[in-house]
Amino acid sequence: MTTKRFFAVFLLVSLVLAGIVSYYASANPDGLEKVAEDKGISAKEKDHSLKDSPLGDYGVKGVDDARLSGGLSGVIGVGLVLLVGGGLFWTVRRRGPAAGPAAPEREAGAPAEPSRKG
Amino acid sequence: MHVPDGFIDAPVSLATGAVAVAGVGIALRGARRELDDRTAPLAGLTAAFVFAAQMLNFPVASGTSGHLLGGTLAAILVGPYTGVLCVSVVLLMQALLFADGGLTALGVNITTMALVTVVTGYGLFRLLLRVLPMTRASVSGASFAAAVVSVPAAAVAFTLVYAAGGTADVSIGKVAAAMIGVHVLIGIGEALITAVTVSSVLAVRPDLVHGARGLMKPLELRTGGRNAAEPKPSRA
Repeated sequence: MTTKRFFAVFLLVSLVLAGIVSYYASANPDGLEKVAEDKGISAKEKDHSLKDSPLGDYGVKGVDDARLSGGLSGVIGVGLVLLVGGGLFWTVRRRGPAAGPAAPEREAGAPAEPSRKG
Repeated sequence: MHVPDGFIDAPVSLATGAVAVAGVGIALRGARRELDDRTAPLAGLTAAFVFAAQMLNFPVASGTSGHLLGGTLAAILVGPYTGVLCVSVVLLMQALLFADGGLTALGVNITTMALVTVVTGYGLFRLLLRVLPMTRASVSGASFAAAVVSVPAAAVAFTLVYAAGGTADVSIGKVAAAMIGVHVLIGIGEALITAVTVSSVLAVRPDLVHGARGLMKPLELRTGGRNAAEPKPSRA
């Protein structure tokens, strides 16, 4: 599989998970929420200061259909995380013509000796 | 496992925030060595995948659910420093855009879900690979085991933070037992997702799995049980 195609598939899987499969996720409280409720920790919980934000609680404000609202928020989230994360990683990366000690070392090493033993 | 606002008092939130800032700072420096023109896009996609997978809460026991934390997965795919950054970016976006995880608790959440999962998960992963044969199955098995352990480790970390700065007057022993109990179960879900994802990438592009570096070389160059690529056999 080419790198480009692999990246495309990876992105598609993320979009499908966030945009479609997420609708079928369990709505039960997660482990921490449940423990917090059971043990009386939740009594001190404060509302999120951005709870009314346009994407608050994994929905899109103004979109009433639950499936569409949740799916859309997931797709937007995947896009934004990719944008912010990808931007950060692209900025931080080693520059240069695919140089660097880690990757090319083994790539250069592998084809050098095409020893094919059963 | 996103901690909301109000659970942890201000001094401990600040202290944990400082730990998170230091951890992310170290990760930013270390990630430079892990990221190049090919792995930088992969890391962005890994962060996006972790975000997507975190939306998929799976049922664990009696009305409780769990979701992927993703630290071990990200560290194995793109390296531990970059893995910390992947999960931190996800947590930051969740807190700022989706009102998931309190803003004052961001330091707690980055510490438990990004730093602790990567350090324990990736640390255990490397330890296991040191004793296991260098095969694809070993990498998959090690990712499973590492991911299982990383989730209760994060639960322990939360409990410790809560013990130091919890706002409610509750028994820490009971919190610890409940947290660890349910997160062992969630850890199994984490491990399944991690092992399936790592195995899938290994099947199509093993060269893109940071944690499987070294896997390719012995597989392709070994002749008669010895690595033919080495100039001289170091030891018989």
